Amino acid sequence: MGSARGNPARRVLQRKLSKRGPVIRKGRSVAKTPGRVWLLVGTKKGAFIFRADGTRRKWEPTGPIFLGNEVNHLVLDPRDGRTLLMAARTGHLGPTVFRSTDGGRTWKEAQRPPAFPKADDAASAPAVERTFWLTPGHPSQPGVWYAGTSPHGMFRSGDGGVSWDPVAGFLDYLQVLKAREGFIGPTPGGPLTHSILVDPRDAAHLYVGLSTGGFFETLDGGGSWKPLNKGVAAYFLPVKDTEYGHDPHCVALHPAKPDRLYQQNHCGIYRLDRPGETWKRIGRAMPKEVGDIGFPIVLHPRDPDTVWVFPMDGTTVWPRTSPGGRPAVYRTQDAGRAWQRQDRGMPREQAYFTVMRQAFTADPLKPVGLYLGTTSGEIWVSPAEGATWRILASHLPYVLSVTAAVPA
Amino acid sequence: MRVFIPPPLRSYTGGRARVEVEGATLGAVLDSLDVSYPGFRFRIVDEQDRIRSHIRFVVREEFIHTLTHPLEPGDEIQIICALSGGSPDSQGTTRQDV
Repeated sequence: MGSARGNPARRVLQRKLSKRGPVIRKGRSVAKTPGRVWLLVGTKKGAFIFRADGTRRKWEPTGPIFLGNEVNHLVLDPRDGRTLLMAARTGHLGPTVFRSTDGGRTWKEAQRPPAFPKADDAASAPAVERTFWLTPGHPSQPGVWYAGTSPHGMFRSGDGGVSWDPVAGFLDYLQVLKAREGFIGPTPGGPLTHSILVDPRDAAHLYVGLSTGGFFETLDGGGSWKPLNKGVAAYFLPVKDTEYGHDPHCVALHPAKPDRLYQQNHCGIYRLDRPGETWKRIGRAMPKEVGDIGFPIVLHPRDPDTVWVFPMDGTTVWPRTSPGGRPAVYRTQDAGRAWQRQDRGMPREQAYFTVMRQAFTADPLKPVGLYLGTTSGEIWVSPAEGATWRILASHLPYVLSVTAAVPA
Repeated sequence: MRVFIPPPLRSYTGGRARVEVEGATLGAVLDSLDVSYPGFRFRIVDEQDRIRSHIRFVVREEFIHTLTHPLEPGDEIQIICALSGGSPDSQGTTRQDV
């Protein structure tokens, strides 16, 4: 994990990255005028699906699906527009993955859900407590999915989520990282592997975020990894500059400009333009009374300079609620140089929203629709790129994830 | 032998509260259950063969903590989704919000 100058592997990496051009978008995920939109909502007590036509004026709710299950992520496969994967568990029963190949009408459980290899010393070996994150694989690899778990782990399915195997190179790498005490650890919600990102130009180029642990990259499909955390603060660690140990809350890669990444971190909002390796803290431009702390970060599906965040109070005991009790989305349209508050339609006072990292999303329509779910069970929608907001649903269970998708 | 299935696991058994399986140990019974009802075992025993924190097994009115526990013909096994606040399990966990 040395410098690029002294590391031949890293020089190769930088050459590969510097040769990459813009991505040519094909496929369904950026359909300009889709006829339908689904809002996939995972909560602590089941899943819900809201369906609308392209106007997004009227939404039809269905659910609860698997009432009582903690649903950390519910994701539609953009490659077929039909397959849904759901990461679920209950208070008593262990974690699993449910699959639907008919758009949510019927569900089957994975035959082999994500699980760590059986260890000789079983007493101290990890076991998956929850599958936390789901990412569809590259468009050239139909059926491939990735999963992030708690405790930290990364798993791959090659058959549409029926069976899962550990990404062995990642588990091996975790052991190397864990050798440094306290640099790979849990959040109050446990150690969370998330933000598994697939470069649309290269199926073997993946990123992954660890809360806590940092952000990492592989160029060989998961066999070998390197940290990518330069420039990111980690005030909770005993050293100022460290290669890893950070706490990325959510990281996103722009689909039309895959060399651009944005990160909402425990310690601010950042942008990274590859092949560069140093993140720039763009959250410094946020109003001081609001700060740049939060969980999710959402990218405009076509404009790489437009990003939304949902700031939450990171002062004192880290309440993680809307600063001052006045919820708002903040948007930048110039890659983080300036931010604009977007709160029209939201409560003006005494509203303490918490929005988890998977619970804020955008659809691919024009104009872009934005959707966020709160831990108090509300779904808020903006059909106009954040300009106005209205409440779509209330009294739902604690919302863990909200994903917008265009079905077939 | 007869196994009593708690409500959270009856989606696997087609709603049945009691099923009949064979096995010389608790682990063997769970293996048989998993053959008949795929996915059943992993929901209550993790990949390291540890009984999950809020699952209990009762045989002859006693809690069973190991999969190697021998069973006798005619034994009845009760699978219990334990309430929070019960006695500490093997991992020292006593409570969990559900």
